[in-house]
Amino acid sequence: MISQVFILSSQGDHLIYKDFRGEAGSDVVSVFYEKVTALTGDQPPVVMSHGDLHFVHVRQGGLYWVATTTSPGSSPFTIIEFLNRFSALVKDYCGSLSEKSVQMNFALIYELLDEVVDYGYIQTTSSDVLKNFIQTEAVSSKPFSLFDLSNVGFFGAETQQSKVAPSSAASRPIQSSREQGGRSEIFLDVIERMSVVIGSKGVVLKADVEGEVRVKCFMPSCSEMRIGLNEEFSIGKSQLRGYGAAVRVDECRFHQNVHLDEFHSNRVLRLCPSQGEQTVMQYQLSDDLPSAPPFRLFPTIERDSGGRLLMYLKLRCDLPSKSAAINVCATIPVPKGSVSLSQELSSPDQSAELKLQNRAIDWKIPRFIGGTQLSALFKLEVSGLSPSSLMEVGPVVLVFELPQLTVSGLQIRFLRLSPVQPAPSQRWIRYVTHSDSYILRL
Amino acid sequence: MPYLGSEDAVRELRRALSNPNVQSDQLRYRNTVLKAIRAMSQGVDVSDLFSEMVKACATVDIVQKKLVYVFLCSYATLNPELSLLVINTLRKDCQDPNPMVRSLALRNMTNLRLPSLVEYVEQPLAAGLRDRAACVRRVAVLGWAKLHNLQPDAEIDAAVVNELYGLLRDPDPVVMVNCLRALEEILKKEGGVAINKPITHHLLNRLKESDVWGQCEVLRILQRYHPQSEDELFDILSLLDASLVSPHPPVMAATLGLFLGLCSGLPAVSLAALERVRGPLLAACGSTSRETRFTALCHIQLLLRSLPGLMGAHYKRFFCGYAEPAYIKQRKMQVLVELVNDENVAMLLDELKGYCTDVNPETAQAAISAIGRIGRSYSDRCLEILTGLLGLKQEHITSAVVQTMCDLVWVCPQCSDTVCSALEGCEEMLQDSQGRQALLWLLAAYGERVSSAPYTLEGFIDRVRSEASLGVKMELLTTTMRLFLCRPSETQDMLGRLLHYCIEEEMDMCVRDQALLYYRLLHCGIEETHKVLHGQRSDPSLGVLIGRPAEPINQWAYSFNTLEPLRQAGVETEPASRGSPEHVTFDPKPNTDLSDTLNCSQIEKVNLGSDGASGFTCSSAKVLAPLSLSLSPALSPEEFEHLWMQRHAEQGAEKLEEEEEDYVCLEERIQFPAIPPCSPQSLQAAMQLVNIQTLAFTPPHTLPWRVYLYTHTHHAHYGSTLVIGELLYIGEASRRVAAVKKGMEDGDVVEGEQEAGLSGRALVRKDGREEEVEVTLKQQPRDDNALKGFLSILTTVLHTLSSESS
Repeated sequence: MISQVFILSSQGDHLIYKDFRGEAGSDVVSVFYEKVTALTGDQPPVVMSHGDLHFVHVRQGGLYWVATTTSPGSSPFTIIEFLNRFSALVKDYCGSLSEKSVQMNFALIYELLDEVVDYGYIQTTSSDVLKNFIQTEAVSSKPFSLFDLSNVGFFGAETQQSKVAPSSAASRPIQSSREQGGRSEIFLDVIERMSVVIGSKGVVLKADVEGEVRVKCFMPSCSEMRIGLNEEFSIGKSQLRGYGAAVRVDECRFHQNVHLDEFHSNRVLRLCPSQGEQTVMQYQLSDDLPSAPPFRLFPTIERDSGGRLLMYLKLRCDLPSKSAAINVCATIPVPKGSVSLSQELSSPDQSAELKLQNRAIDWKIPRFIGGTQLSALFKLEVSGLSPSSLMEVGPVVLVFELPQLTVSGLQIRFLRLSPVQPAPSQRWIRYVTHSDSYILRL
Repeated sequence: MPYLGSEDAVRELRRALSNPNVQSDQLRYRNTVLKAIRAMSQGVDVSDLFSEMVKACATVDIVQKKLVYVFLCSYATLNPELSLLVINTLRKDCQDPNPMVRSLALRNMTNLRLPSLVEYVEQPLAAGLRDRAACVRRVAVLGWAKLHNLQPDAEIDAAVVNELYGLLRDPDPVVMVNCLRALEEILKKEGGVAINKPITHHLLNRLKESDVWGQCEVLRILQRYHPQSEDELFDILSLLDASLVSPHPPVMAATLGLFLGLCSGLPAVSLAALERVRGPLLAACGSTSRETRFTALCHIQLLLRSLPGLMGAHYKRFFCGYAEPAYIKQRKMQVLVELVNDENVAMLLDELKGYCTDVNPETAQAAISAIGRIGRSYSDRCLEILTGLLGLKQEHITSAVVQTMCDLVWVCPQCSDTVCSALEGCEEMLQDSQGRQALLWLLAAYGERVSSAPYTLEGFIDRVRSEASLGVKMELLTTTMRLFLCRPSETQDMLGRLLHYCIEEEMDMCVRDQALLYYRLLHCGIEETHKVLHGQRSDPSLGVLIGRPAEPINQWAYSFNTLEPLRQAGVETEPASRGSPEHVTFDPKPNTDLSDTLNCSQIEKVNLGSDGASGFTCSSAKVLAPLSLSLSPALSPEEFEHLWMQRHAEQGAEKLEEEEEDYVCLEERIQFPAIPPCSPQSLQAAMQLVNIQTLAFTPPHTLPWRVYLYTHTHHAHYGSTLVIGELLYIGEASRRVAAVKKGMEDGDVVEGEQEAGLSGRALVRKDGREEEVEVTLKQQPRDDNALKGFLSILTTVLHTLSSESS
């Protein structure tokens, strides 16, 4: 049971406030903001109390999404899931999630809230149901254009290729398709997140992949869609299919609307997508990756006679040579007394910088082609360098994106819509792997 | 638009709203209304526009209508009279052919929250319940709940309640769930909506039609249902099995909550359910939403209290991601500490070691204390890491390490040598009061072994004037006193100075009183002082022996899937168990957080002292050291009864013909003066703390008073045995009559189990007037040492209980 819902910007501006039950005044908004800004790092801020009012909040798009409740027995899973779902709805309807888009579309958001929650009880969050009720049109901050490539995000450099939809293509209000009529598009994204720990001797200590298949549908009427996965796709340890390289996951969960009758025989998922974004399938794979982890590090670290710390790092990218990693950033923790850094990098497009606040060197590589190796020599001026200072160096954390690649090997064989759409419809299939946490111990 | 003060803005808006030109142009009118709402949500008081907005409400433009309603509902309570005008429009809208308009009108009519309007609202609401559009019925059903809460004292209209019950059969699932919600509120005084068998089965059958939110609501309300038979219960459970592994965390959590409620009498089924949710919970731990992740972690901690082995194989899932916020990292470390075992300890420590140099000092400190916790079972490896960290010479790390060592040494005295040698040279790095307090405590406890102790103390005493922390001063007094006892010549002078300062100049009463106390104590002579300061020390390592018990699920089931687990930050972390030993009395509870995966070889080194609280000396301490108790595999009451009766029958039938022991039957008397006042709950809780399960007991104050219990003993070398037992108190009068039965043994052995019989009777009686319980224990297979060990644990528990209640 939710008493109030409000949205605050990160500066504490009131963007949206709705009271469902009249149990508390609107002054609690400022109370909340004071509480949340006064938190120190170690306090879990998800649940806070003020009198007998409990605040539950999530952060999405740089905003605070807050629900209050008076009953301590409320399910935290439900409230948090609701807030996440609500912010996803707002994103679907407004196109993107930012302070500006929320501000411009406040009427739409009030309307949404009104339909989604009544008297503190969640009524529905399905965009299929909601589309019949929502009348207000979204206001986009700028007219959408396929050729607007200023916003490079998802695929980085790949966006210039004409066959790939730019990342911004999917961030537009779902409703506009109704009026603009022409462009009925569907996006199918396979997104994987890797978390890897590689030990100091190069042994893979942990390798987890969390993946999901997401559909974002801009089609007003799409009766059924069939998604074909690799035929060799198997779930669990024992099950093996086909003779090719198996694509195996440990666990797999499907959206409740997915029909699995063809899944066991042909690895085909059937569903009727509703407008907006939804996760069709989530899967997860631990420890047993089909290929070697994408990056290896060969470090040499020593103190030189002048009291400086020398770090010679070789980073190898083990991806197939057709692929490349983009926006790679290696963060190398350094000892506390580090003062300055001099560097020698193997190519000019790389950069490195000493961030004293984080006590780390950020080594940035915009594009890293598979099968190649880069190296960097860092000379660190450290005040009070002692043998034990070396303990403070490492582990190295890598952040990267692997466009058009899935680590698990999952591929979409086909994406068919039925009945065949009268208007030309565009179907986009995109793959990306992110590093959730890629740690290389020294 | 130029910037206008709020009054100007309101005036401007009013002018625009009442401008006929604007009103005639739909788009302009709507935009003006929009401006007013925007001002409202930015916090400008636009309540003066109420009458203009009432007019704006009468429009065919639905978007504008919705906007106006947002406005009206916010300000209606300030303008009750004007709100009356809106009612007409709203009532007219309720007749509109468009169901969307009808539901909108109905919803906002009830959202105005004006008791004076109730009479106008009732009729459209009643009609709304019978509307042909589901969206109107949804609104109407909840409307009754809103109406009821506006006038909580008004009579409940039985006809409405009946109609709502009838609507539980509505084809629309949201209407059905809303009926439950409304009835729950309207009938709050009667304990909420009636959940009987037909309703329950109806709801369960339609569960799949609802969306996630509806399912959660239904599952929550069903917690009140008590199945009439076991068959029905299991039917329900199998129906819900699919929801238990739902990919949606809210459904999974609500289902598990319902399972735990329904199966509170069937611990084995509950445990199986916990196993089943492991997958979904782990998935929630890897969710993209960090809030969901945190919630799942907090609930995993709850589950681990009952099933410590649940996540053992998945410890890698709890490794911290680099970019995770500190509060998630800390929870993960708390979970990791619980999961440590012989196989993964090296990996875990490696991982934790990496966190010790984290940029965030709180994360670093949490990692260090996590290593300390693991050190209770794997002290050598952990001490190596901890002493290594001291080499970093960083203030927050050194402080955390010293505090951790202090806690570790208290539980594992065998670590003291390493700790003493590591202490040298730490004091310059310690800046915060907790760290210095810990250092002082260590110097007090092991001062005779740290050569530089007097010099360190001297430094502290020289700076005592500028010392701000009360805790440090108190600790300093005690430490100097204790060091004086073991190294008088070096410390006499500084003790004098310290006492003088504290008594003459110190402003804080606590410090002054403490100093006076020590001063007078010294006057009583060194013997007396020694007795007070080096009083018998209770032995916390007993906690290690017992290990962390698996709590019964009922202890936390009530808080599952509520906000509570998220709030109690760090309850699992260190309890304030530290302190000067003489201030600590033995209490088993602070040890409940100990890890239960203990390595036995090290426990053997632990020298068990006698327990000051009881008059019983544990002669078999050395023998029982490697003994641990556990509740698994669980024994059902039926199995227990069967075993117990079987033994009794055998006993009765064949007199001990041969001493060819198949199991042990031991009778014992234990002083336990607390029997009559002892509540079953506290007894049960105390027993569970040491992993003894009580199966049945008579109510307090009845005679004879009986308790049946069981446990499994696990011995490092001799395997495990099952112990079942009875506590019997037959009252003063009849006590003497109680015959001592001799345990016996028998021939028809169950498949080659080596069985043994022994009967014994040992009275720990001191005083005839003391009340005693008779303990009858049966063990299978025989293992005398384990049985003795168990008996001494049981005795300790009973003594602790009686000393607590007296």
